[in-house]
Amino acid sequence: MIEVKHLSKYFGDRVVLNDISTVFERGKTNLVIGQSGSGKTVLLKCIVGLLEVEQGEILYDQVVFNQLPFQEQKDIRKQIGMLFQGSALFDSMTVEKNVMFPLDMFTRLTLAEKRERVNFCLKRVNLERVNRLYPAEISGGMKKRVAIARAIALNPSYLFCDEPNSGLDPQTSIVIDELIKEITEEYNITTIINTHDMGSVASIGEKIVFISNGRLEWTGTSHDIIQSGNKLLDDFIFASPFTRKVKDTFLGK
Amino acid sequence: MHTFYHFGRYFMLLHRTFRKPEKWKVFFRQLFRELENLGLNSIGIVLIISFFIGAVLAIQTAYNMENPLLPNYLIGLMVRDTMLLEFSSTIVALILAGKAGSSICSEIGTMRISEQIDAIEIMGVNSASYLILPKVVAAVLFFPLLSILSMFVGIFGGWITIIIKGLTTSAEYIAGLHYSVQFYYIGYSLIKMAVFAFVIASVPAYHGYYVNGGSLEVGKASTRSVVYSSILVLMFNLILTQLLL
Repeated sequence: MIEVKHLSKYFGDRVVLNDISTVFERGKTNLVIGQSGSGKTVLLKCIVGLLEVEQGEILYDQVVFNQLPFQEQKDIRKQIGMLFQGSALFDSMTVEKNVMFPLDMFTRLTLAEKRERVNFCLKRVNLERVNRLYPAEISGGMKKRVAIARAIALNPSYLFCDEPNSGLDPQTSIVIDELIKEITEEYNITTIINTHDMGSVASIGEKIVFISNGRLEWTGTSHDIIQSGNKLLDDFIFASPFTRKVKDTFLGK
Repeated sequence: MHTFYHFGRYFMLLHRTFRKPEKWKVFFRQLFRELENLGLNSIGIVLIISFFIGAVLAIQTAYNMENPLLPNYLIGLMVRDTMLLEFSSTIVALILAGKAGSSICSEIGTMRISEQIDAIEIMGVNSASYLILPKVVAAVLFFPLLSILSMFVGIFGGWITIIIKGLTTSAEYIAGLHYSVQFYYIGYSLIKMAVFAFVIASVPAYHGYYVNGGSLEVGKASTRSVVYSSILVLMFNLILTQLLL
């Protein structure tokens, strides 16, 4: 479980995150939604420790992460897997070497054992016979899957996904969403996903946190979201003419 | 104030860079990769430029020796001392600042903008140590070897030229090479090159590591890093010459 308490972040005089408090539960897919520029990525980067926070606490299973010394933060980071918006695969390494990277750094496994683990992770994300290919030689959807395989290589306790569906077609997006959900449940990990894809919200959003202009505006589940009563959230989820029409047809004006 | 900000950030990055590597095995693997990228792949350009500069030095020295009182062995002496004192270290360092420096900056810069460095950090790996330390160590170890290579090839280039053009005899050229040999010059050149290598690897790494934006900014940072490292090479050249000679 990850808990955020009264988190604030400033860039100069600009308030990017304003007093955010919420809980991200273990074994569930926790979605952070909001418009571009609302502060979702900054929140995620604060939680994983890529950005320092000015105020507030970030607790990983009751441990205050942002106040820990560097070495102890590092120990928690070893339990973190992250899927970046652009996959962030190492261009100079093959798919196999990319997935093997965390194993190389933090385990004493033999090469054969590492290969076995890599193949297991790649198989888990439905990728086979791509070990020798470079990231430039595979599709966007495959890159995301390789990034997930790398993220789960060390059996993480926490998984972070920043816009996992960006740049993917709707069908591949569904596959990636389902994969993240399956992995979350299978390994009982705390997963936080940043997205503004309403498809993801509807299909895998077990807990949803809506952020607007750096403020937490609404928290709930995908079942409640349609009738949240929050105007900002309504404006966000019914932004397209199509969704507005659907809302007017089924829920009335 | 801006300059002090960059100085401070540069030294803080160096502080992070010179921490114990996460795993020595991985460090040595990276080091050998960098020895190939930064060192072996630079041999060609150093060979070509050194050969031609040695040749030109021989021709220019011969051209300026119209006075019959000046002995012909001065051509060899001149080529040797110029190659040892200045060319094989400073000029080769400037060439490497362009070649290796821009490569270091663009590689690290591209990793920064594509979030690869963030990915390394999130795994709990010290990205500065993982990415920059092998490059700095490889440069400091290999660039002095390039310097030695440059000395030999430059002197060889001068020798070939005097033979082809008949500027003087081979024996006189070699006598010039043997005249008043100062082995300290080689040590001086190698010390300079080791310092230059540190600058050439660390300054572009700094510019790449803190690049912001997209590919355009990576290109700009790469150009900036070559300019700054070239200026620093020339500054250290003056300081070290004053200290060592």
